[in-house]
Amino acid sequence: MEHTLKRFDEELEELKNLILAMGGMVERAIADAIESMLTQNVELATQTVERDKAINALEVQCDELTRAMLVRRQPAAGDLRLIMAIIKLVTDLERMGDLAAGIAKGMIRAQDNPPRNFSNIEVMGEKVVRQVNRALDAFSRGDIDLAMKVIKKDSGIDEFYKRMYREMITYMMEDPRMISNAIILTNVGKNLERISDHATNIAEMVIYSKLGHDIRHVDHDAAKVILAGDLKNKNKTNSEG
Amino acid sequence: MKASNISIQNLKLWYGDNEALHGINLEIADKQVTSFIGPSGCGKSTLLRCLNRMNDHISSCSIEGAITIGGKDIYAPEVDVVQLRTHVGMVFQKPNPFPKSIYENIAYAPRIHGIANKGAAMDELVESALRRASLWDEVKDKIHEPGTALSGGQQQRLCIARTIAVKPEVILMDEPCSALDPIASAKIEELIDELKEEFTIIIVTHSMQQAARVSDSTAFFYMGDLIEFGDTEMIFTKPGNQRTEDYITGRFG
Repeated sequence: MEHTLKRFDEELEELKNLILAMGGMVERAIADAIESMLTQNVELATQTVERDKAINALEVQCDELTRAMLVRRQPAAGDLRLIMAIIKLVTDLERMGDLAAGIAKGMIRAQDNPPRNFSNIEVMGEKVVRQVNRALDAFSRGDIDLAMKVIKKDSGIDEFYKRMYREMITYMMEDPRMISNAIILTNVGKNLERISDHATNIAEMVIYSKLGHDIRHVDHDAAKVILAGDLKNKNKTNSEG
Repeated sequence: MKASNISIQNLKLWYGDNEALHGINLEIADKQVTSFIGPSGCGKSTLLRCLNRMNDHISSCSIEGAITIGGKDIYAPEVDVVQLRTHVGMVFQKPNPFPKSIYENIAYAPRIHGIANKGAAMDELVESALRRASLWDEVKDKIHEPGTALSGGQQQRLCIARTIAVKPEVILMDEPCSALDPIASAKIEELIDELKEEFTIIIVTHSMQQAARVSDSTAFFYMGDLIEFGDTEMIFTKPGNQRTEDYITGRFG
């Protein structure tokens, strides 16, 4: 149902659009940063670093709008939860942008002596981009199931990073000349792993916003138990309506 | 939630043929602030006025069901309504001090009810009531001046002092701040916070922010029904009912 105050609805719409615009830029930054690494494309890496400023500017713009809305609308219930969620997830998006820019900067620094085997980064990059995409879709559609999927998939990415880390150590032990390359790749992996953590935070905020449950700092199975009752009720109302 | 002092059981109320309350069931906790919210005409003030039988004055009004306070049925035939109102005091929307001195405003009821008579005991009672209503320091030098000469916010605190002077258990407040500026309202809200140590307070308010600020529990009414009752923080962050959500987020009709 719409607010009696039309302007409030417009502001909420504007805020969601800002988040989605910011999300789109972050998605692109991550994909471009990985691409620049895989193809050793310095120009793309430079652009990615440059575009991070626009992401930062959107963060400030979102904060200004949420601040104005808190003062002017004094939101309650679902509105309050949505705005709380947005205040938090804007920080996650901004950090994701920084981590993507970090990957691109790493590429630029290592361009004269680039690492050779990118297969890990390619696979992990795809997984992480999909995580980010799912988290943003979950936000845009208010999709609880999709948000839960992001949370579940994050542990797989943590595992992947651990395996990659161990693999890199073996390379370094075998051949000290591999050390600098291995460190670059490990850093990229670490950044991707952290991007996935931020995507998970976004998914948690989607669930808080939609259902009012704070499932941060519990594992996926515990979160499922917390949500089980609510989802049952929700499905019931949906089938009735 | 604390033990319930006031119990409303399947309360129905009619104004003539018009059913204004459709079977309300509500347990109100002792020494807490409970707020009643809802759009105009939802029955919140009507229900509040049932709690000290103010609706008795309306000849077309009839009720069914029961209200017990401290286990006693307040609509039982043997109940003395005047006595009931010493246990269940009321503060109204518009401050309505008697056209008498500040002192007499407080002293009037205790004298009638024989709680205190005159002299030092009465002086003490007046001072204590004014102190508890956070008004003493502002009026102690002009206590024999007319109560109506005070500012709106002071008059409202005088009415609260007058109410607590007869040592009620319950204080009903019907939009107590709607005629006051924000600073005077804040003083009343601060006072409510202090008074809940001693009294069970029920407040009807149109200001959702006020309900969120002052009350421990909130009841939302709509068209004569109690839609949702619960912990205030829960009601304002995660209401269980869609109509509550729509009302408190400003999405109503």
